[in-house]
Amino acid sequence: MSVSSLGEKRMKYWRKPLDADKVKVPHGEVRIIKDRCKGCSFCVEYCPRDVLELSDEFNIKGYHPPYVKDEEACVNCGLCELVCPEFAIYNISEEELEEKDEQG
Amino acid sequence: MNKDREILTGEHFMNGNFACAEGAIAAGCRFFAGYPITPSSEIAEHISVRFPEIGGLFVQMEDELASMCAILGASWGGLKSMTVTSGPGFSLMQENIGLGAMTETPCVVVNIQRGGPSTGLPTLVGQQDMMQARWGSHGDYEIIALCPSSPQELFDFTVKAFNLSEMYRVPVLVMGDEVVGHMSERVVIPPKEEIELLPRRKYAGPKEKYLPFKPDKDLVPRMVTAGEGYHIHITGLTHDEKGYPVLDAETQNKLVSRLVNKIRKNADKIIEIEEKNTEDAEVIVVSYGISARTSLRAIELAEEEGIKVGMLRLITVWPFPEKRIHQLASKVVGFVVPEINCGQIVYEVERCVRGKTKVTLVPHAGGHIHDPKDIFQAIRSILK
Amino acid sequence: MNEKHPMDYLLREDRIPHIWCPGCGIGSSVSCFIMALEESGLDLNKVVVVSGIGCTGRVAGYVKLDSFHTTHGRAIPFATGLALANPELKVVVYSGDGDLIAIGGNHFIHAARRNINMTVICVNNFNYAMTGGQAGPTTPLYAKASTTPYGCFEQPFNLVHLAAASGAVYVARWTALHLRRLTKSMVEAFQKKGFSFIEVISPCPTAYARRNRLGDGLAQMKFYHDNSIIRHGADPKEADIGFQTKIVVGKFIDVERPDYYTFLNEGLAKVMGGRK
Repeated sequence: MSVSSLGEKRMKYWRKPLDADKVKVPHGEVRIIKDRCKGCSFCVEYCPRDVLELSDEFNIKGYHPPYVKDEEACVNCGLCELVCPEFAIYNISEEELEEKDEQG
Repeated sequence: MNKDREILTGEHFMNGNFACAEGAIAAGCRFFAGYPITPSSEIAEHISVRFPEIGGLFVQMEDELASMCAILGASWGGLKSMTVTSGPGFSLMQENIGLGAMTETPCVVVNIQRGGPSTGLPTLVGQQDMMQARWGSHGDYEIIALCPSSPQELFDFTVKAFNLSEMYRVPVLVMGDEVVGHMSERVVIPPKEEIELLPRRKYAGPKEKYLPFKPDKDLVPRMVTAGEGYHIHITGLTHDEKGYPVLDAETQNKLVSRLVNKIRKNADKIIEIEEKNTEDAEVIVVSYGISARTSLRAIELAEEEGIKVGMLRLITVWPFPEKRIHQLASKVVGFVVPEINCGQIVYEVERCVRGKTKVTLVPHAGGHIHDPKDIFQAIRSILK
Repeated sequence: MNEKHPMDYLLREDRIPHIWCPGCGIGSSVSCFIMALEESGLDLNKVVVVSGIGCTGRVAGYVKLDSFHTTHGRAIPFATGLALANPELKVVVYSGDGDLIAIGGNHFIHAARRNINMTVICVNNFNYAMTGGQAGPTTPLYAKASTTPYGCFEQPFNLVHLAAASGAVYVARWTALHLRRLTKSMVEAFQKKGFSFIEVISPCPTAYARRNRLGDGLAQMKFYHDNSIIRHGADPKEADIGFQTKIVVGKFIDVERPDYYTFLNEGLAKVMGGRK
């Protein structure tokens, strides 16, 4: 997949910018610490990219933690990490992930 | 800041309240938060003059509750701290004296007692807060309370109070009274080298291993100061050795027993009494504060009549010298307890005597010191 | 599975999960607090958190900084003692509306008057949540609480007005949803010398919202989303909060005034320096 079409998947443009091929839309990975979640849905509601949804599974306390519905869409904005009252969700940027891979 | 002005070594003709302030300064107190209340205000006023000379911080808070909390905070901020008050303010401070006992915060609270209850007699003497000193805050805890009988002792005992508070990590009360606070007498302030000061018992081991409430052998834990990187958590809730709240009976038992035993098991080292002619006495006068001085005249009158009278003066009222009173009970015809209240410490004497001998209270509702003749009468009557 | 969250290094992880209810905004405000500490570059060994009693009062127990959980209403005077004994400390008072403004009200106005160098973060959930949802000084007019079953007939305090009138040098109000703006406000407040005050409007699903049938935490957050109006520099007098009315948020006051410690020492030096 080319960079610009990935970008289109993550960003809704109403016209294509002139430097679309140079602009890199950030990407991140969402990690969920399921057993800390209390199912408040703040992250699901306020993720600007609709990455998350409440799952059907139960965690250790009987709540439904979220799951990543749309992996590609995450732009690493960090809102889920900030809004979660339980410190149960966070995001890692693409670069950090690559670093970790390199470190093995 | 003037180092020469720190300890006013020499002989002074000094007001008791001033002597208390000088005692605090000599002990190294550099934070004072208080609220004006007669008859203790002179201590605050004198400190407000002296502290800026020597780099101390004086702040007049909005009420006594704030004053008590501020001195706890300042203690955790690393400074020796003190507040002063009288009856009504002492009542307001109780909750946070409890916080000080629970968090094992060293600090000194001076109560220059006046006639009560309620607003009572703001400018006149009373000794009516003695039981409150011991039981004033809710819950189980033990406290140390000293009773000065002269301006010299207001100086000495304030220094002693700071030492005891650092040694046992507990708020220490100096239970003065209006007469001792307002009288002027000879006060000798020794040179700095001769004033013994006990340092704060600080932890000096590796940071990761620090447990804020793990006691030493004498049941007192080691302290640190906020801002040193230990990331301590100090709470008024029942807590474990880490300082974290653990709300169950087992932790409560462990913690509260230790807080209480910290003083009880060390009572022999803390208790100080002054005895005169008690060994072969027929009657012993048990007293404290200004009443102890009034008793001296009564004892003189009794001795003139040939009565063998001894005097047991309580320097530490709390913890109470139970063992000594119990010991003397089997040797005397009776104890006479003059106090400027309707009966407070007399109950402790009765408790320790356990019915072995007579105990007579010489009460006084407050407003004046006893007439020595009343105490003398009681000494005579007890022998009948 | 013992997974680590990037903010765990500032949390006492052996005490997580915390006791706050699902949908409570206190946790979100603490996230912002931790982010603000990171962004402000403060020496974390010198940051001290002082709390009182109540749901928000539990914050002290969860952050891995020197923290003090004091008696009800007395966080501010305790913090005053700390701040004046060691002016190098960055003292943050983190407590709730009932604790700071009812029983602690007197201490609040005096610390603001003196301009003691501290940051006060007041999480306002309009009731005494921890003890079952009793009415407090910020409970809106006609709202229900466990001690106002027929509605509250007391006019509430407008906290930003109270803080401003008492002399605070930095006054801001945000809801728990205004995450990034709240974080930024906290960073600004930390860097300010003097008494700074940040009010955080928070959902309380178990007590306040339940008694007033406002839905769960998410429903309250949606309400804040639709009904908060950002007006920087607005007159705090006009930022009253009624029952389910518009909420004016923003930075109301940001002025300079010497803090008590500095002012006291400079003043004394002048007066005493002239004396021989």
